Amino acid sequence: MTPLIVMNAVGLMRSNKRILDHVDMVVSEGEIVTLIGPNGAGKSSLVKVALGLEKADDGTVVRRPDLRIGYLPQRFALDSSLPMSVRRLMTLTVDVTKTQLRAALDELSVGSLIDASIHTLSGGELQRVMMARAMLRNPNLLVLDEPTQNLDMNGAVECYQIIQRIRDRTGCGVLLVSHDLSIVMAATTRVYCLNSHVCCSGHPEDVGRDPEFLRLFGPAGAGTLALYTHRHDHAHAPDGHVVHDHQHHDHNHHNHGPH
Amino acid sequence: MLRALIAGCGIALIAGPLGCFVVWRRMAYFGDTLSHAALLGVAAGFALGVSPIAGVMITCVAVSAVLLGFQAQSRVPTDTLLGILSHAALSFGLIAIGFMDNVRVDLMGYLFGDILAVTNNDILWIYGGAAIVLSALAAIWRPLVALTVHADLAIAEGIASARIKIIFMLLVAITVALAMKIVGVLLISALLLIPTAAARRFASGPEAMAAVTVVLGMVAVGGGLFSSVSWDLPSGPAIVATATLLFVVSLLFGPSLSQPRPT
Repeated sequence: MTPLIVMNAVGLMRSNKRILDHVDMVVSEGEIVTLIGPNGAGKSSLVKVALGLEKADDGTVVRRPDLRIGYLPQRFALDSSLPMSVRRLMTLTVDVTKTQLRAALDELSVGSLIDASIHTLSGGELQRVMMARAMLRNPNLLVLDEPTQNLDMNGAVECYQIIQRIRDRTGCGVLLVSHDLSIVMAATTRVYCLNSHVCCSGHPEDVGRDPEFLRLFGPAGAGTLALYTHRHDHAHAPDGHVVHDHQHHDHNHHNHGPH
Repeated sequence: MLRALIAGCGIALIAGPLGCFVVWRRMAYFGDTLSHAALLGVAAGFALGVSPIAGVMITCVAVSAVLLGFQAQSRVPTDTLLGILSHAALSFGLIAIGFMDNVRVDLMGYLFGDILAVTNNDILWIYGGAAIVLSALAAIWRPLVALTVHADLAIAEGIASARIKIIFMLLVAITVALAMKIVGVLLISALLLIPTAAARRFASGPEAMAAVTVVLGMVAVGGGLFSSVSWDLPSGPAIVATATLLFVVSLLFGPSLSQPRPT
């Protein structure tokens, strides 16, 4: 497992406000790293520093030279003056065959939209297209900034399944930002809980019990760090392991709340 | 008349694709700003003893550089900045010209140009410039489209953002400088915008939109020159008026943007 991105004591100042403070973070091949934190905690800024879109004021960011990034930005809005089809958007920066294009869209079940105009897509459809787009680059690092926004509960669960499937198949690293504390993929290797500094980090169950986590999200947040697994995970037991079973989707995904 | 048509179509050929990016990138004021800066450039040209066209090119490039520098800071919103640069350049240009007692500058000529008076040499300049500008634009087309769609996404995917943006701004600056003498600065900033806006409804992709824009620009040039000759209208304004008419027609009769998508 070689590291893809290593961030060391990263600091970021914007308008005299400290956005990031001594953040250490590592994303390696085959890992799923989840970044959680309240609004304004600096999650998207950290992602931008990791990608090299923003320059850190302090600390070091080391990216593996052969990094091939698939990125799903938090916000994507296309100016209405720019006409664009799904097909053209998918191939903005890559050359792929039609089969590859179709396969990527089909994986997110939006294959039928291939010739649709981006401007006619719903929020959920656009999110899926952008996700397919990130995968199409055959990345060794997938950076997903709130991939489940605009998706309903089923869509979110399916999205997590897809992320895990991609990871299992390609062995890429995944950096996942989530504003949704109530569900963190059980397949997550490491959770970073960010509030401009890293409050706590570690395996999801450990973070859920960490006093810093409880302090940050209060009593309401306590115990809500449920884990999404492919099977019934009503008990977010410490051994909430991942079951590689994609055939059984008829069980209830909706009871992820605390018990 | 034929020379005017050839020259105007040459300008439409460059203005179409460049104008698309100006509109897509929400830089509609950029053409305006450069046109106003061009006047300062004319004054600078006289002051430095170089040709006005060289002065215009230098000034346009300088204004673009200031704009890029400020954009990187993101302290002042781009549209505010363009407004400031535009009026400042115009004012300083007029003040500078006011100081030059021994130089008589035909302001109307620079603003509206005189397309009916183009020479064969001018046409050579336009098509030579068009060849350079269009081949440079073709070379950066794909990354520039990607940057226009979503800058962060394009950069994360390995596009060299700064270099592409600088080349694009230089191309617009060169175009304004080239076209100014022949068709006037108002006409070039109008040709960057109006045919592009008219083309939007007839295109489903960026390349198609650029092509439609060129065609509409040429139609505007042809129609403008024809009405100019037929009814003795000033040619530059007649071209802009024709383009505007095309835009209105596209709004009224063009396909709706919210048509049901194919399944």
